[in-house]
Amino acid sequence: MKKVLSLVLALTMVFAFTLTFTGCGGSDSEEGSGDAAFKAGFICLHDENSTYDKNFIDAANAACEELGVEAIIKTNVPEGQECYDAAAELVDSGCGIIFADSFGHEDYMIQAAKEFPEVQFCHSTGTKAHTEGLDNYHNAFASIYQGRYLAGIAAGMKLNEMIEKGDITADQAKIGYVGAFTYAEVVSGYTSFFLGARSVCKSATMDVTFTGSWYDETLEKEGATKLIDGGCVLLSQHADSMGAPTACENAGVPDVSYNGSTIESCPETFIVSSRIDWVPYYEYAIQAAQNGEAIEADWTGDLETGSVQLTEINENVAAEGTAEAIEEAKAKLIDGSLQVFDTSTFTVDGKAVTEYDADVDTDPEFKGDTNVIEDGAFMESKFRSAPYFDLQIDGIELLDTKF
Amino acid sequence: MKEKHKHIKEPLVKLSRRADLDRKHSWSYRALAILAALVVDGIIIMLVVHMNPFDIYSTMFMGAFGTTRKIWVTLKELSLLLLISIALTPAYRMKFWNLGGEGQVLMGAWATAFCMIYLGDKLPSGLLLLVMFVAAIVVGGIWAFIPAVFKAKWGTNETLFTLMMNYVAIQMVAYFIIKWEMPKGSGHVGIINQATQAGWLPYLGSNSYALVVGFVVIVTIGMHVYLKYSKHGYEISVVGESQRTATYVGISVDKVIIRTLILSGGICGFAGWLIVSGSDHTITTTLAGGMGFTGIMVSWLAQFNVIVMILCSLLIVFMGQGASEIATSFGLNEAFGDILTGIIIFFIIGVEFFINYKLHFRKSSGKEEA
Repeated sequence: MKKVLSLVLALTMVFAFTLTFTGCGGSDSEEGSGDAAFKAGFICLHDENSTYDKNFIDAANAACEELGVEAIIKTNVPEGQECYDAAAELVDSGCGIIFADSFGHEDYMIQAAKEFPEVQFCHSTGTKAHTEGLDNYHNAFASIYQGRYLAGIAAGMKLNEMIEKGDITADQAKIGYVGAFTYAEVVSGYTSFFLGARSVCKSATMDVTFTGSWYDETLEKEGATKLIDGGCVLLSQHADSMGAPTACENAGVPDVSYNGSTIESCPETFIVSSRIDWVPYYEYAIQAAQNGEAIEADWTGDLETGSVQLTEINENVAAEGTAEAIEEAKAKLIDGSLQVFDTSTFTVDGKAVTEYDADVDTDPEFKGDTNVIEDGAFMESKFRSAPYFDLQIDGIELLDTKF
Repeated sequence: MKEKHKHIKEPLVKLSRRADLDRKHSWSYRALAILAALVVDGIIIMLVVHMNPFDIYSTMFMGAFGTTRKIWVTLKELSLLLLISIALTPAYRMKFWNLGGEGQVLMGAWATAFCMIYLGDKLPSGLLLLVMFVAAIVVGGIWAFIPAVFKAKWGTNETLFTLMMNYVAIQMVAYFIIKWEMPKGSGHVGIINQATQAGWLPYLGSNSYALVVGFVVIVTIGMHVYLKYSKHGYEISVVGESQRTATYVGISVDKVIIRTLILSGGICGFAGWLIVSGSDHTITTTLAGGMGFTGIMVSWLAQFNVIVMILCSLLIVFMGQGASEIATSFGLNEAFGDILTGIIIFFIIGVEFFINYKLHFRKSSGKEEA
């Protein structure tokens, strides 16, 4: 019994110690924003270890700081009932607007939007706002296919350099691409990237492999290694971990990254990265919510709004003249003289595309409902913000389509 | 080396099994362990993130119980974890190591989703709920029945068998997700019957989780009674103690194993039904969220006592909710919450050792009262 007593005493003392020594340390964490603060909630699928979510989290903090709004960020929220619960809790804590960042969050955001009509719900990458008809539910995306196209130009320039140096022959100019799922967002991404590359390097071809997950470092690394072993001389990816960039760095294969620069981990192979900058959208939507103005059901940021960004080019790896070539194409994309999905630049099953019904409205039938070819180009992100380009163009080989 | 030393001198520490420590003592030991764990957590909080541990603890508490909604979410999570732990318990009492809870829950969820998708517009909602309910229990039961039969008839290793059945279940669900996904290629089924709410467990009052909690309360009481007071419950204990004794007193061991596993899997399937119909309204491969495994720990920590399991699941759910709250409030990574939880669980498991064994140090001749 004496032992127990002494133990209890010792513990009490340690406890008292912790109390006295830290009592003055952490009191400022709760305060800071005062009473006036408008609150914005953010729901993220993963945390800052995922390049995709980090891109959102950084934008959320930047936008809220700029506007003097308090940000409440919930990370590691799965695409299930937890998303609804998180949204409802954010409403409870007084958020006037709530953002979610992952495709699978959409249904749960809609559910919350129906329950809390006085709060604005904004979902990035979603597809249902224009058909759901709720005043307080909105989708947003950016014309990232333009960014991919520009990044593709950097890839094409690199391929040309490798051909000129004699490292590879022209018909060995094969790109590898690690994708997550086989749906439009990814298809649109790799196709625009490929078209950008082929606009500079005519002999370019591409192999695509899918992981069936947005974030699976092992699978992404394995996929990248498989592509490299299969003769791909340059890689890019649309999945959120460091798997593919790391595999490239290990194998010494140049990589065009996504979501942000990977130059720190991959100084020898990183060329450039395209990413969506969410700050313009967050500022637009939060200000609209603060002022009680309507937010567009579908908002598409582009090169002009600053939503589509390229990171700094890694001069050590990129071919000479890359920056100039990108600037030139960028100007043309902005003034409209260049279209990414110009139907004269690609074929499907050997034929040019003159008419195509894309599945713009999400319904169980998965059928095309809107003709999206106008003025000789596939009009991506015009009829809704999220991409709907899902054509399989010639020159790209899908190694596995199980997802 | 060890052998050699043994001959020369007594080891530094000797262990002996304690005669049963009385309840009051053993519970005060456990309370001390939690207290000690909190102190260690506190020191880690101060050293690693330089924050006041009391801020962290009170934020964790608010994360689990801060608002009515949070209380309901905590209760729902608690109920589901408890239900799965309870489902696994009869098998463990029998010393049948059912590691297949995850798969059994998933298969129940799969059966539920299957009915919601294919029968959603064909049956009236009451009947649909009933069909889903039965389907989930039957499919969950089958998923446990298969390894049980193999164990009973051919003596296969149930640990491996049930574990591998999880992977079969995950692959099966993955296959159906690709069949059901919307839109094609996205890997998401999304909310099933969002517009019609067909096959959704009705809301009680304004609260969607009340019914989930209610169901689990009933099963908890039922299982407690079943294990403690029924003939079946007694047979399970006898088989667990010694299969030979069971055979000798005329209990059909095979029958008890199979019957108990069907019960175990059936309740897991029921949990799957509750998750899909009462909470998530979708199907994913991670729907069970590891609860099939966490449930094993809960069941063991509670030493298969249904009532103690409530406390254990509460602790684990509380820590989980709290961890995500400190991630939100302090910008700490959720992994930090997991570290804190890990330490607490380590202490709780560790103290069981000291409750069951006594240490004798070489010099002190094992006299002192601890």
